[in-house]
Amino acid sequence: MNWTIALPEIVLACIGMAILVFGVLRKQDSTVPATMMTIGGYLIAGMLCVTRTTGYGFNGQFVADPFSAFNQVLILAGAGLSAVMAMDWIRSQGIGRFEFPVLMLFATVGMLVMAGASNLMTLYLGLELQSLALYVLAAFARDDLRSSEAGLKYFVLSGLASGLLLYGVSLVYGFSGTMDLAALGDLLQSPEAASPGLVIGIVFVLVGLAFKVSAVPFHMWTPDVYEGAPTPVTVFFATAPKVAAMALLLRVMGTSFGGLVGAWQSLVVIVSICSMLLGALAAIGQTNIKRLMAYSSIGHMGYALIGLAVGTADGARGTLVYMVIYLFMTLGTFGCILAMRRSGKPVEKIADLSGLAANDPALAMALAVFMFSLAGIPLMSGFFAKLYIFLAAVQQGLWALAVIGVLTSVIGAFYYIRIIKVMYFDAPAERFDARPAALSLVVTATGLFTAFFFLFPAPVVAAAQAAAGVLFR
Amino acid sequence: MNELGNAAGFPVLSLITWLPLVGCAIIMAVRGTEQEVAANARWTALWTSLIVLALSLVLWVKFDQAEPGFQFNEHLDWLPEYRVGYGMGVDGISVLFVLLSTVLTPVCIVASWESIQTRVREFMMSFLILETMMVGMFCATDFVVFYMFFEAVLIPMYLIIGIWGGPRRVYAAVKFFLYTLTGSVLMLLALIAMWLQAGTTDIATLTQTVFPPHMQTWLFLALFASFAVKVPMWPVHTWLPDAHVEAPTAGSVILAGVLLKMGAYGFLRFSVPMLPDATAYFAPFVFTLSVVAVIYTSLVALAQEDMKKLIAYSSVAHMGVVTIGIFTVNVQGISGALFQMLSHGVVSGALFLIVGVVYDRIHSREIARYGGLADRMPAYALVFMLFMMASVGLPGTAGFVGEFLVIIGALQVNFWLALLGGAGMILGAAYMLFLYRRVIFGRITRDDLRHILDLSPREWAVFAPLIVLTLWMGIYPSSFTAYFDATVGAMVSRNQAALAPATKLAGTAHP
Repeated sequence: MNWTIALPEIVLACIGMAILVFGVLRKQDSTVPATMMTIGGYLIAGMLCVTRTTGYGFNGQFVADPFSAFNQVLILAGAGLSAVMAMDWIRSQGIGRFEFPVLMLFATVGMLVMAGASNLMTLYLGLELQSLALYVLAAFARDDLRSSEAGLKYFVLSGLASGLLLYGVSLVYGFSGTMDLAALGDLLQSPEAASPGLVIGIVFVLVGLAFKVSAVPFHMWTPDVYEGAPTPVTVFFATAPKVAAMALLLRVMGTSFGGLVGAWQSLVVIVSICSMLLGALAAIGQTNIKRLMAYSSIGHMGYALIGLAVGTADGARGTLVYMVIYLFMTLGTFGCILAMRRSGKPVEKIADLSGLAANDPALAMALAVFMFSLAGIPLMSGFFAKLYIFLAAVQQGLWALAVIGVLTSVIGAFYYIRIIKVMYFDAPAERFDARPAALSLVVTATGLFTAFFFLFPAPVVAAAQAAAGVLFR
Repeated sequence: MNELGNAAGFPVLSLITWLPLVGCAIIMAVRGTEQEVAANARWTALWTSLIVLALSLVLWVKFDQAEPGFQFNEHLDWLPEYRVGYGMGVDGISVLFVLLSTVLTPVCIVASWESIQTRVREFMMSFLILETMMVGMFCATDFVVFYMFFEAVLIPMYLIIGIWGGPRRVYAAVKFFLYTLTGSVLMLLALIAMWLQAGTTDIATLTQTVFPPHMQTWLFLALFASFAVKVPMWPVHTWLPDAHVEAPTAGSVILAGVLLKMGAYGFLRFSVPMLPDATAYFAPFVFTLSVVAVIYTSLVALAQEDMKKLIAYSSVAHMGVVTIGIFTVNVQGISGALFQMLSHGVVSGALFLIVGVVYDRIHSREIARYGGLADRMPAYALVFMLFMMASVGLPGTAGFVGEFLVIIGALQVNFWLALLGGAGMILGAAYMLFLYRRVIFGRITRDDLRHILDLSPREWAVFAPLIVLTLWMGIYPSSFTAYFDATVGAMVSRNQAALAPATKLAGTAHP
């Protein structure tokens, strides 16, 4: 049975339950200790992910290979840094309850399951565990109308997507007779093996997963949820679940349906192009920075999907590198957004950043680094993310994707540099409140990673290479 | 494979590339009142750029003029599995541009000493970062490294125009950024395609690689999109007048002096040597655009009311001469283009400084606002005349040699090309003399001009090196051409060898 393969998930779930008990029994406010324990749990789980043996567990339900380890570590890093940044914010905004980190923890358990699933059923379980926790998190500021709306919206639309996914899974099972990802891969090595029903099933699975990475045309929930949810929840939404969903997409498409690239490639190409275009164009008119980041993330998922559309291990490697870089620059950007507070109240208009360079040069410089990086300007890490993606696309002759990709990145650059313009060229507005140390720490760390990635790209690329090696065989 | 094959005995290119960032870090660490920070930032930036200049003189002394290939090579593995390395080296084409950058940076820092009073720390940091990017771009011997520096130049320049610029600075900065970025990203695709074809991004290896002709066409167009915007060639030059007018004086100087050379340098480094067939195919197209640029922008310059705008348009015209020279692909044409680039770097930089001198005093760049300055500012009038003549191309100044060589090169291609390209010189004389007459001669009509002060010692310090360079380049040009003769000769003969089979085929088809 080899249950040790699922040890990180098991341990993390046990820690979660322990924190619940601890929180209930303790009489005073337990937000901080609960968050600390959550982060500790992430660290333990991360170590287990790296050190456990590879192989299958629970009769082929779970798999531990370089790909799952890579994504799980990334998910834990994203979740951990989100938790660090959330700690101070939720307390100062009056939503500091110990359930917050616990919900994050259970969502993370779900994501780890998603990254380590080797069976369509396990995959679905992980996805649902993650989603249930995220519904609650989105509506966590329950006295805030927008937050409740965000939670409800996410619940309805995500439920629909899960339904589509489940329907796709059932079709795939019905037409192939197995739910094991590797067995599906063996069965579907040539395009002739795909019956129409199976292809329809694959399309449904793809749609369900595209919803989770908020790719166009399944993106509608993203701006509203990003804007409405409490900012630390938005940070969490923008990072770890995206990595998990992208991992799932790569795993399913790369392992099970890798032989049928021709059948689904054009679909991913269209989704990718639409996401890049919408991400670039729709963000231009935004005045709310959280909403802007929502469109920005849609665009970035479009770029990451290019790697999947390529349908090779090189493409998957590009996507994985993209996710690493995306994760850290997004965390950093949201770190800066979390620092936007005046007299204790969070502000989230782009105009509120006016003249930040004069008031707070360090924060302005950090945000400028992230913006240039999101725009893909060289020396920043965002450039390398795009480089590997376009390299894979050109290698497979997907010129249309590459050309549209670079041109939308120019359009995207417009709104990123507009934020820099507001910070550096405009007249100073009122100062922001002093930042908590934890926030500064995360912003500094992610900023250094983003600015100096160019010095040491090799280890990340090598790890992504090893992880992508298990796909598209 | 980390190696250091180097005449200097130490990694001189990496040092001059990255040393400005050290200065930048020091400036960032400075604490104190605003005045103290400003003073410290100025002095640190000046000393850093002077040390860089001194180090770069090692290149001038130790450069082997007979060697056509890269010298002072450095190599570090960076992405070994893709055969991409951090490669530095200079050859005859790039060595003088490195020096041009390291000379102009301290000049600009001194020129901004008093005219930049707000956020001095950030200004000096931006300038030093800009120096790193410029020098790194000219030194790169790997296409990926080149690309990174090429595009990263946008960041400091965007900030310099946007923060310290004139009233329409935001528009100018954003236009500058988006224009050049659009071109660059297309170059990225060409880079990737060449990379996959050759299996490496080492520039020397890429130059040896033969690209199939149909591929060359696309590669050429993609590279052209990037370099033509940067040169800038007509009709994608429109960002330049805006950027120049709004940029602070020092920003204009670097923009005209070095940044405009990046496009032409790109043509010489990539398009011409790597894509010989496409170069031959597209040469008439480039000539057409260049001739239009020379004549049209000269005429536009005649009509300008703003001094900076006039010089900006004259830059477009001068760069048109440069692109004519490059695409003649003969020794005289390319040597002329290189020389013209260097002289334009010095002379147009100096002209922007000339405008900056009166702008600092009167805060206007309108030509009609001035007149009769010869009475009150004789030294200024003299310096202005020298650079005006150099810009026109008077023999004995830097401007003459380049244009003369380009016209000789163009004559070997087509008489009309030489004639129309040369027409720019006549029009150039017209608008520059017109400008000079209206600013310097005539009667003083405005009260504030009656008390205007002549050049200060600081301003003399700014102009002195440029005056020396202008005269030196005009009177004894071979001390500069000697640096690139070998490289240009090798490039032209390699290019002709690559074209020879095609020409023979054409010869048999039409006996």
